[in-house]
Amino acid sequence: MITTAWWASEDFWRKATIWITAFMVVVLIVLTYDSLSQISAGTERVPAYSAINNRIYYRQDKSRNMPVPVIGDPAPLFGKILSETEAEALVEKGKITTQAKNCMGCHTILGNGAYFAPDLTKAWLDPAWGSEGTREQLMMRFLLDPPANSRGYGSKRRMPNLGITEEEARGIIAFLKWMSTIDTNGFPRNFTPIAQEGDR
Amino acid sequence: MKLGVLDSSNLTGGQQLAVKYYTVAVVLFGAQILFGLFAGLQFLAPEFGYNVLDFSVNRMVHVNAMIVWMLYGFIGAIYWLVEEEAGTELVGLKLGNLAFWVLTAAVTVVVLVYLFVQTGPGEIESIWFINEGREYIEAPRWADIGIVVCLLVFFYNVAATFMKGKWSGISGVLVFDLVAVAGLYLAGMFYTTNVSVEQYWWWWVIHLWVEATWEVLIGCIMAWGLIKTLGASRKIVTTWLYIEVALMLGAGILGLGHHYFWIGTPEYWFTVGGFFSALEPVPLVAMVVHAVYDSGVHRFKNTNHPALAWLIAHAFGNFFGAGVFGFMHTLPQVNLYTHGTQWSSSHGHFAFFGAYATINIAMFYIALQKWRGNVYMSAGLADNGWKWKWALGLLNMGVVGMTMALLVSGYEQAFVERALGGSTWAAYFAAQNSVWFIQGMLWREIFGLMTAAGFGLLVWDLVTIGRTETRSMLIPAEAAKAAA
Ligand code: HEC
Ligand code: HEM
Ligand code: HEM
Ligand SMILES: [Fe+2]
Repeated sequence: MITTAWWASEDFWRKATIWITAFMVVVLIVLTYDSLSQISAGTERVPAYSAINNRIYYRQDKSRNMPVPVIGDPAPLFGKILSETEAEALVEKGKITTQAKNCMGCHTILGNGAYFAPDLTKAWLDPAWGSEGTREQLMMRFLLDPPANSRGYGSKRRMPNLGITEEEARGIIAFLKWMSTIDTNGFPRNFTPIAQEGDR
Repeated sequence: MKLGVLDSSNLTGGQQLAVKYYTVAVVLFGAQILFGLFAGLQFLAPEFGYNVLDFSVNRMVHVNAMIVWMLYGFIGAIYWLVEEEAGTELVGLKLGNLAFWVLTAAVTVVVLVYLFVQTGPGEIESIWFINEGREYIEAPRWADIGIVVCLLVFFYNVAATFMKGKWSGISGVLVFDLVAVAGLYLAGMFYTTNVSVEQYWWWWVIHLWVEATWEVLIGCIMAWGLIKTLGASRKIVTTWLYIEVALMLGAGILGLGHHYFWIGTPEYWFTVGGFFSALEPVPLVAMVVHAVYDSGVHRFKNTNHPALAWLIAHAFGNFFGAGVFGFMHTLPQVNLYTHGTQWSSSHGHFAFFGAYATINIAMFYIALQKWRGNVYMSAGLADNGWKWKWALGLLNMGVVGMTMALLVSGYEQAFVERALGGSTWAAYFAAQNSVWFIQGMLWREIFGLMTAAGFGLLVWDLVTIGRTETRSMLIPAEAAKAAA
């Protein structure tokens, strides 16, 4: 009679499946608790929404061998220092707008989404906005009427007019500024930020 | 009952419901391809559909149609096999039918809103009623709730049927897995301003679906399919299923970490995600070995040739599309440059098609065979079965061609935009405007048309196969004997 070795038996593998799955789920839950505590707004990795009151740099960190965001001196968005609650409300407005207009249907955000348009993770720091002095205004103008302010760099691809209101655009800009403070472990690498006061 | 005629009295109650799900699945598959072609064309001719059917709209319909048709296919497959596996009639068939119509009505409304309303103002109501703006699960919140309710009805049908009838290894795994599939969907159903937290949970839905629970689900369907089309031994198939599930969940659950490199999450995910996701191809190898070995043992003599061919396409597609093409960019050192480029799209197309479209198509053929009164579908079909063979060839070559074209564009984008340019607005377009990138986009569209042709032929074959057949299906045991 042929007997089945223990390692080929149905019973062994059923038990193995249950134990392996349960173990992995437990590890994932533990890591999730830890990760969520490290990425809630107001932590080192994901700064508070009021970070939009300050200048944001993107600098090479020698010990980690990757570029990281650095929060600098006050540089209020639209010339006004906001409280934590006000800042959160503004960023929230922008975040909801990015979902309602499905920006991720063309762009990537933190590298996820669609590949039809540039990544928005560090859009706030993009050198294409010229200088600190012109940035807010150019971003506002662009969002209110993207085709009229199109760049394309030789491509015919343009962002359509999505009917973004001025209030929504402020929110979006706040959201983009806040997002640029997130420590993304060096993604995107080699990014050349816009020239800002205090640059070395 | 006449051989070759579509007659619902050939089917059990659950199977009649299954073919309804399959019909909608095929329609949505067609929509997926159509809107994919629109979106692909916009890379080459950005003026196409500008301001009317913008890229974001086409893409949203493209990927949502895919998710929904695949879920419809899976639900159909389970309704198809549940009664046979449980050895009893479906419990709550009326309710199941109602859920089908409610779900289908909801899907129709969602698609119409996508196409005609498209976007909303920056208010939370837009997320409730228009779209959530979150890739793959854009469906507005009201529809999310509807989907969950319908899934609960489906789950009740399946679990209650097994409870009334008998359990097996396959059904045990299946029911546990369905709980996980539905439960994970809940992780994608809330709003948060913190984009890192949002993406953390978003990946729970996407990754833990496609690289854990969906793989287990198709493992169950495959196990049943091998018993069904080849007459493989249940004991061996069940043991293999456990092995596959142990390996898949052992690697795939923590493999989730390969999406946590750059979204703000801590650095330990480099190690956890890199290590476990690198192991994910292992179960996929086991699945290929299993399927091909079983087919070989039975000398490929089987009761349904198109279905077996698609099952084999599934085994290889899953291995290459998910396993090989996934592995290529899963280590953080590589992913830093490829993340969010056409490289991801290359892998995404190959994996979704290779792993999930294929096995659904196999199940369509199995369903049609019985629907037409257990008609003959082995070697030597009318017209030499050219339609299913060409559909198989065109669809697979089309998708593999698209995958390779996207890979070329992906390389170009990773080098020019990411490695050299550092992902600025200007660097993005430097890559998009480069000749090789554009050539890749062109070839993707050409192979997309080939895919579309394969789809057309597939539909034609599905509605005609077996219609003029006079022979009856071989019994699996006889097919096996004929092989010996
Ligand atoms: C239909 C596709 C599409 C949608 C939807 C879309 N964009 Fe764009 N976006 C583009 C394209 C294309 C460009 C490049 C435009 C150019 O160069 O003229 C662009 C450029 C941008 C830029 C400048 C690029 C940079 O790197 O800084 C920003 C900022 C931006 N979009 C924000 C948004 C926001 C916010 C949303 C959602 C409210 C959005 N976009 C929705 C296609 C889109
Ligand atoms: C059938 C199984 C699989 C399917 C359907 C699938 C599908 C996808 C899709 C569609 C994406 C793009 C997600 C997005 O829109 O951002 C993606 C991303 C990814 N997949 Fe898979 N995948 C599968 C299995 C695997 C496996 C086994 C691996 C690794 C070995 C893998 C590695 C990755 C990685 C690293 C990414 C991230 C890409 C990026 O950084 O942009 N995948 N997958
Ligand atoms: C028939 C021709 C097809 C064409 C022309 C096409 C085209 C496209 C385009 C243009 C995108 C957007 C990519 C981007 O953002 O740059 C896309 C995304 C996607 N398509 Fe297709 N597609 C086709 C068929 C398919 C098929 C058959 C499948 C799978 C079964 C599929 C699965 C996907 C997935 C998963 C994504 C998201 C990829 C990601 O985010 O990384 N497509 N497709
Ligand atoms: Fe994944």
